[in-house]
Amino acid sequence: MLRFILSKLLYLIPTMLGITLVAFSFIRLLPGDPVLLMAGERGVSPERYAEISAQLGYDKPLWQQYFTYLGDLMHGDLGHSIVTKKPVLAEFLALFPATVELAIVAIIIATVIGVPVGVIAAIKRGSWFDQISMTGALIGFSMPIFWWGLLLIIFFSGILQWTPVSGRISLMYFFPQVTGFMLIDSLISGQKGAFGSALSHLILPSIVLATIPLAVIARQTRSAMLEVMGEDYVRTAKAKGLSLGRVIGVHALRNAMIPVITTIGLQIGVLMAGAILTETIFSWPGIGKWMIDSISRRDYPVVQSGLLLIAGIVMIVNLLVDLTYGLINPRIRHK
Amino acid sequence: MTDTSVKISDSAIRRRMVKEFWFYFSQNRGAVVGFAVFLLLVALAIFAPLIAPHDPVHQYRDALLIPPFWQEGGRPEFLLGTDAVGRDMLSRLIYGAQYSLFIGIVVVAIALLGGIILGLLAGFFGGWVDSVIMRVMDVILAFPSLLLALVLVAILGPGLTNAMIAIAIVYQPHFARLTRAAVMGEKAREYVTAARVAGAGNMRLMFKTILPNCLAPLIVQATLSFSSAVLDSAALGFLGMGAQPPASEWGTMLAEAREFILRAWWVVTFPGLAILISVLAINLMGDGLRDALDPKLKRS
Repeated sequence: MLRFILSKLLYLIPTMLGITLVAFSFIRLLPGDPVLLMAGERGVSPERYAEISAQLGYDKPLWQQYFTYLGDLMHGDLGHSIVTKKPVLAEFLALFPATVELAIVAIIIATVIGVPVGVIAAIKRGSWFDQISMTGALIGFSMPIFWWGLLLIIFFSGILQWTPVSGRISLMYFFPQVTGFMLIDSLISGQKGAFGSALSHLILPSIVLATIPLAVIARQTRSAMLEVMGEDYVRTAKAKGLSLGRVIGVHALRNAMIPVITTIGLQIGVLMAGAILTETIFSWPGIGKWMIDSISRRDYPVVQSGLLLIAGIVMIVNLLVDLTYGLINPRIRHK
Repeated sequence: MTDTSVKISDSAIRRRMVKEFWFYFSQNRGAVVGFAVFLLLVALAIFAPLIAPHDPVHQYRDALLIPPFWQEGGRPEFLLGTDAVGRDMLSRLIYGAQYSLFIGIVVVAIALLGGIILGLLAGFFGGWVDSVIMRVMDVILAFPSLLLALVLVAILGPGLTNAMIAIAIVYQPHFARLTRAAVMGEKAREYVTAARVAGAGNMRLMFKTILPNCLAPLIVQATLSFSSAVLDSAALGFLGMGAQPPASEWGTMLAEAREFILRAWWVVTFPGLAILISVLAINLMGDGLRDALDPKLKRS
């Protein structure tokens, strides 16, 4: 197992370096002078220009700049925002829990609904349930989620007035951040109604974010179940006279889950892309909205490091998925 | 054997293949419906100037935010109502089909071409060529596609052309990977060795001998990428990084409509519905194509 993990890690190193190279090139590929970009909109005197240039190391050859950049990264120095002047890493860490909370709730919704729907659709293949749920899954899969979010706002916030339009919690509540997860923090605070407010803010964005993963998981579960149900060992289990529940629960589902778990893990990248749109629509203060705002404010150091951090996180999650896959499927591990 | 007889049997084989393909494709009802809707979209796009009742960018200043004709206050000359500056929604939607199809075609063409060339090189030559190309592809795949496209657009500047280039760059690793895998499977087969022994050069082996036998998965992927391209370009338009106003691109229309969501449902509902229907139709087609082209699923 250790060798399996190490080989996976080694394989990641070139990709990791590639990601840093992309982030490094980003600022240098932007049209215009990077020093002027960094200096902001107002322009600089020649002395100040030389000073910033030296400070940022732009007077050195490119390869040297890259190694300095890598060195800074190793020390956790991801640069400073031009707009807020704060360290990018600190901003990222402050906003990241909001995105994680949204993503976790979304993936829970997607899994809790998607897996049973896929299993039932496979068992009752060809039934009305199968047809309706798979049509629904295909619609979900084709959904422009930014529009879906707007529709939900029109219906639930506009017409029914059940949910708020934006933000994480009503401004009436104020309490210190302990975990960064609003649902947990509001419970800890003990303020009456705070948890309900946080929940009502969370529900629409997480449904929107869950839509595509839900569709993908339902489809994947169905096809994995169908494949497994045709296997010899399932036929044997049925022939032994086991109950349908046991055949499905113990024999079929456990094997069908292997590709499904990979699918669920691979949705993290989808969630990150979805978070950009979802957070923009619902003004959710997470890293997706932060990236969009930074791009439109031309806060390039933030974009550069945000890109790096998000790609790094997606990669680490994919690695964990790979390792879990090896853990639950010995055939992969011993290849 | 004379030359002509070979030609006849070639076209007969081709006809048979098309017939067989259509047999499997038409088994899937959804795929046929998707195909029909897609043809309708193509027709709308091509004949937009003839079908659309109004100029898509003409502003009727006396008809701002008119609701669809069936609602109170609606006017029969604006069937689906007008937007905030008095442009006819229906005409804008019809012209929007041009954008979506154009984006899909251009993105898939660039991504397919780039991906096929890179995948062929990687799969055919192996060794360091393969390692370098595939590591670069891994790096591109490590970024969430929309995020990378956004950043590329930030570098290139907002606009439709740049959005299409950015999306194509983001999609092309999928084609490269598929081509590489297919080429590696085909490379060792007898017909390739035979062609090589007969004196075929590398270029001929790659493009004329191997490539035609790797096309099935690429066609399926191309369909899926077509629908994703429509979605992602609409998302970029929605975020203000794609086609710029007053273009009647559906995502851009949605971005302009955002501030009216609680006042005028039609300016939000219709462009999104247009995106959903197009993407759904193409995905349905893709499912049918996969069934028809994937030999593993054929049970005959």
